[in-house]
Amino acid sequence: MKRKDFIYLSGMGIGALMLQDLAALGNSIDPLQALDGVDVKIKKELADAALNAARAKGATYSDIRIGRYLNQFISTREKRVQGVVNTESYGVGIRVIANGCWGFAATNIVTKEAVAKAAEQAVAVAKANAKIQGESVQLAAQKGYGEVSWKAPIEINTFGVPVKEKVDLLLNVNDIALQNGASFVNSVLFAVNEQKYFASTDGSYIDQDIHRIYPTFTVTKIDRASGKFQTVNALSSPMGMGYEYLSPRPEDKVPGIVTRYKNRYDILEDVKSAAKNAELKIKAKSVEPGKYDLVLDPSHLWLTIHESVGHPTELDRVLGYEANYAGTSFLTLDKWKTGKFNFGDKLVNIVADKTQVGSLGAVGYDDEGVQCGKWDLIKDGILVNYQAIRDQAHIIGLEHSQGCCYAQGWDDVQFQRMANVSLQPGKAKLSVDDMIKNVEKGIYIIGNGSFSIDQQRYNFQFGGQLFYEIKEGKIVGMLNDVAYQSNTQEFWNSCNAICDESDYRLGGAFNDGKGQPSQSNAVSHGSSTARFNGVNVINTARKI
Amino acid sequence: MPILTKEQAKVILTKVLGYSKADECTVYISGSDGGNIRYARNSVNTSGAVSTTTLQVTSAFGKKSGVATINEYDDASLEKVVKRSEELAKLAPENPEYMTLLGPQTYGPQSPAFSEITAAVGPKERADAVAQSLAVSKENKLNAAGFLENSASYSALMNSKGLFAYDTSTDVAFNITMRTSDGKGSGYATRGYNDFSKLNAKHDTEIAAKKALSSVTAKAIEPGKYTVILEPTAVAVMLENMFFDLDARQADEGRSFMSKPGGKTRLGEQLVDERVNIYSDPWSPELPGSAWAGDGRPQEKIDWIENGKVKNMYTSRYWAAKTGIKPIPNPGSIIMKGGTKTLEELIKGTEKGILVTRLWYIRSVDPQTLLLTGLTRDGTFYIENGEIKFPVKNFRFNESPVIMLNNLDEMGKAERTVSAESNQNYLLPPLKIRDFTFTSLSDAV
Repeated sequence: MKRKDFIYLSGMGIGALMLQDLAALGNSIDPLQALDGVDVKIKKELADAALNAARAKGATYSDIRIGRYLNQFISTREKRVQGVVNTESYGVGIRVIANGCWGFAATNIVTKEAVAKAAEQAVAVAKANAKIQGESVQLAAQKGYGEVSWKAPIEINTFGVPVKEKVDLLLNVNDIALQNGASFVNSVLFAVNEQKYFASTDGSYIDQDIHRIYPTFTVTKIDRASGKFQTVNALSSPMGMGYEYLSPRPEDKVPGIVTRYKNRYDILEDVKSAAKNAELKIKAKSVEPGKYDLVLDPSHLWLTIHESVGHPTELDRVLGYEANYAGTSFLTLDKWKTGKFNFGDKLVNIVADKTQVGSLGAVGYDDEGVQCGKWDLIKDGILVNYQAIRDQAHIIGLEHSQGCCYAQGWDDVQFQRMANVSLQPGKAKLSVDDMIKNVEKGIYIIGNGSFSIDQQRYNFQFGGQLFYEIKEGKIVGMLNDVAYQSNTQEFWNSCNAICDESDYRLGGAFNDGKGQPSQSNAVSHGSSTARFNGVNVINTARKI
Repeated sequence: MPILTKEQAKVILTKVLGYSKADECTVYISGSDGGNIRYARNSVNTSGAVSTTTLQVTSAFGKKSGVATINEYDDASLEKVVKRSEELAKLAPENPEYMTLLGPQTYGPQSPAFSEITAAVGPKERADAVAQSLAVSKENKLNAAGFLENSASYSALMNSKGLFAYDTSTDVAFNITMRTSDGKGSGYATRGYNDFSKLNAKHDTEIAAKKALSSVTAKAIEPGKYTVILEPTAVAVMLENMFFDLDARQADEGRSFMSKPGGKTRLGEQLVDERVNIYSDPWSPELPGSAWAGDGRPQEKIDWIENGKVKNMYTSRYWAAKTGIKPIPNPGSIIMKGGTKTLEELIKGTEKGILVTRLWYIRSVDPQTLLLTGLTRDGTFYIENGEIKFPVKNFRFNESPVIMLNNLDEMGKAERTVSAESNQNYLLPPLKIRDFTFTSLSDAV
């Protein structure tokens, strides 16, 4: 997750900053304009103009992405709308290989002449860089798919829902929070639509329509007398869905000490619960530091999976391409080559999957024309694979890419990004209640909070939203000031129970940052509730 | 579109305002020209030139406002963007916190933030700098990964009440990580300038190389409370979290580290050691900033913390009017006064301690106390009897910048540095701090 976004989301009082940040992603448009698309026939003609121009200048490979990126962002606090922003960014990015080196150029002038010129510029950049290039690009073979298309299976296009309806929903959320004791509340709705057309000299012409939605809020409770304050965030998840995500269904509610949600979200019910929990959190007992068995809800565990499994299995990090920024990885190639590297307990099975319906990372094809699929990363606790793209596949002995290439916009060069990475549910029937029954001294954590991990992904510290003390198999009350610290390999080896698939849910990162200049990626992480034994918990209370 | 001069900007903004039919209208134009090179595994992997320009129009009818942006500048497009902002304003709900626009303002002189040398930098100059950096890597048989970016930019603001503001700046960012081929040593350097001629990629890469080579064979020592010397880039990532939270409204509302029981704030109170002085100054020659804030308010030299007491907090115009305080905008850049000693002299005067050259992945743990967590990275060393004795394994810390500045032992000479978290530039001293809290060890290099 990008730190900047984290700051914005954790302190949503500064809504104006978020607006400025989002407006920079494109030009403002009327909401209704978002519903119009660009004709595929025109896009194919533009693509051919670019590919032919690159070929004529000596490119041995080229691809073009014609992208229309739409964003809608509505933010409110208490009884007030802070902003409604609609943006559009439309343009073309062209990537080529010439003299064994990559070159890239982009333009927002979408004419045959301009894209052909950009293609020529990309070839010139490749030839210039080839002079100081150490290693020649080895691109994995990829068959052309001809003219194909893929659309996210949404039911309601968020951009087609009247702004007033969305504003009214958020103001209703705020009213409920205030009625239930909140001192302050911020609520926001983000919507994204990527209309992407990809073509390459392999013979693919791929038209895709991708949708994402993220409704969320922060409730703040202040106790003026003691000067204490606490916040509780929404238990929603960013999803690769349309507005249907906000139509609650009983079968998508997970009952328990607080209600959690699967593929439909009840924002009105959740905010009522959050307001009450913010009050309880102020009065909650400060945790006694020590070793605890942790029971981690999927609304929390997704972020631990993201940071400790998703990132270290990215092959570009393993190879050192991110050394100057996001860091490298402890999952080095020698560990993988042994075929025995014990990443976690044998219960732990983790998959990468770009096809999961409703997930943020689901697409038909990646941004270099590879049809997406699903593969094992951790099998029975052993490291078995990484996440790779076409120019890395040969390094791990693959003939084809795994389809992990993505660019945040038409003017950014595509590179390796995280697929959805998810912990597989336990095979034996196990409910959360049954899991808690067997815990003598533990903490049940719901929702994600503070997060930090080292640059090779060994040592991490995570907070959460709601912490419940477990004593002799029973939840005995709420705790506060909880954070756990562990080492990735030790942590996943301490996993000794995973609930069955009936508890499986997705969480996700709407803005995961990587690269210089930094690019954002959206990715989901699924799991069922899981138990980790004897994890070190610290107390985070201080006095200033 | 090239960098517009003050007069060119005035002409285009006046034309845009001419299309306005709203009660109030603000037009903002900004643009930048620049480029970057990214390299890793001792080889360039991406490079590009970036040129952007945006015009933003905000129209208001009463307390309803709408914003529209465009990047086309023919007359029809300019008229269209004004019309669109007016349509959006009419559709928008009323904003009870809307503030009527400022009239003409008096700004201080243009700060020395623009360098013609930087504005003229192209792919060749960038490639030459990177080639110098790669040569150091080759010479030392190390692995280099780095990023170099430069840009020239302008911004101008005009409104229907007669306000006009214009500003230009140039920026250079260079950061480099050097790693030993066995992966056991890593070093880092980061620099920010307005003037490209100050960049010495060879020198900075040599610093990173030295840290990489001297950080191999790191020993594990017990986590706990230690005296630390934080290099300025490590100071930056700790202190900026305090700067980000100096908002008057958040404090008044009871939800910041500046809030106190009973609804009061810590404004005017002794918050940290009395030697701490933190201010902003747009005309600082080492760290120049803009003479005006984004909403047109003039920037001044402002003391934020004076002799350890919080002197000012920034605020929106709305909150200032509501609470009757001076509407001080967010600063563009922050400076902390330092001492006279060099980093080496601070080390020499340390009996036992740890030199922290970089802190990374900083996250807020508790906004009430500003407790932060993060890790040391790219070179951490044990100091004994005034000398660096050996490299140590990286630590995770949990510490608050407020507690840290109360445990201030000594300050070195302030220098310009960059936060590797936010990319913001600061002028900060290295700090020697007592009882800095390390809570666990990390195997990461």
